[in-house]
Amino acid sequence: MTNLLIGLIVLCFTPFLGGLIQGMDRILTARVQRRVGPPLLQPFFDVIKLWAKEPLFTSAMTDFCAWGGLVGSAAALGLFITGQDLLLVFFTQAVGAGLPAVGALASPSPYSQTGGQRELLQLAAYEPVLLLILACVGQASGSFASWAPLALSEPLLPQLPLAFAALLLVTGIKFRKSPFDTAASAHAHQELVRGMYTEYSGRSLALLEVAHWLDTVLLLGICALFWASNLWCMALVVALVWLGEIVLDNASARLTWPWLLAVFWGPGLILTAVNLAWVVW
Amino acid sequence: MNIFKKITNLARRKSPWILHYDCSSCNGCDIEILACLTPLYDVERFGAVNVGNPLHADVLLVTGSVNLRNADVLKELYRQMPDPKAVVAVGACALSGGVFHDAYNVLGGVDKIIPVDVYVPGCPATPESVLDGVIMALDKFGHGSNQGENA
Ligand code: SF4
Repeated sequence: MTNLLIGLIVLCFTPFLGGLIQGMDRILTARVQRRVGPPLLQPFFDVIKLWAKEPLFTSAMTDFCAWGGLVGSAAALGLFITGQDLLLVFFTQAVGAGLPAVGALASPSPYSQTGGQRELLQLAAYEPVLLLILACVGQASGSFASWAPLALSEPLLPQLPLAFAALLLVTGIKFRKSPFDTAASAHAHQELVRGMYTEYSGRSLALLEVAHWLDTVLLLGICALFWASNLWCMALVVALVWLGEIVLDNASARLTWPWLLAVFWGPGLILTAVNLAWVVW
Repeated sequence: MNIFKKITNLARRKSPWILHYDCSSCNGCDIEILACLTPLYDVERFGAVNVGNPLHADVLLVTGSVNLRNADVLKELYRQMPDPKAVVAVGACALSGGVFHDAYNVLGGVDKIIPVDVYVPGCPATPESVLDGVIMALDKFGHGSNQGENA
């Protein structure tokens, strides 16, 4: 019961945390490009503005899927924060991640269709890898509860270096960063800018934006599990992963989707499978 | 004006997403608009983002004169932008047809087809004046309790 209460209270604050992380991301990206960049609170201005725009939907499915995406992401993060089973967290986030693609495919727009299909390909690429990573964490810490690594005296990273490397690939997709953002990039690194989001506008785009903040927090939380024995090391791991993704985003162009599949189904799956075998035996 | 309305108006002024449509410009004005995105002018300082999708846009920047071929496209882009929205006509051609005003298929300025909120003169308009125009257009979202509802 106390777990649930703590979880709910923390969950109320995570959108603010996620928005601030997004704001810092935009400022840092601008600085890397020798620009000043927007104010820190810019993501909040964007979301409030979008929320207050006239609703325009090409299909009712689009709005439904935007709500579904947000509920899925919030539920996954809530389960993670309250110390529930990591596999449950995984399947809940997969539902949240899949619904926006369904909404995009509900529209006849060719941009939306291509974006939706690429999003499904992305899911097919990273979800198996993420599942194996969580299996590694569960095996190495002796329990699938998301709080289990916090009770360990030794960090998980020395045992799971390969799984951590694969997790860096997954964070790249989930943060929607180059070179893996084939479906819905925020930047003009590619020919299909914001593809999956083409038909999402106003309120539904605001919902998906908040869902994206929550996903970012969840992924950074999973990164933190790899050095959960010390609070400072946890923060350091999270900061390094986040900074690394921003630098990589600005230093690389986007891959095509066959490359995406090749990277995740090749090195991604092999790294995690080898690490899992190593932990089990 | 209640607090929610104030916050919404502030957010609208702070987050203008821009759609740029080139009617039939000589590309002089377009280059100047793109210059606004470069580190020198850095339009993202004001929260502005160049979006390629009318469904996401708040401000429509139009360059070039309207002719018989592109009038319908312009009308359609304007129609697809959700309210509240603003239109900024950039450059002499968008204002009145400019040097092309006499051409056989040119209808004239942008305001012959869709309502224009801000006129930015120049041939080409300078990046500073484009930024100025966008910021003036944002006033439409922010002042008075009824404005911003129906653009
Ligand atoms: S106003 Fe001048 S620079 Fe701009 S499109 Fe017309 S002719 Fe070109």
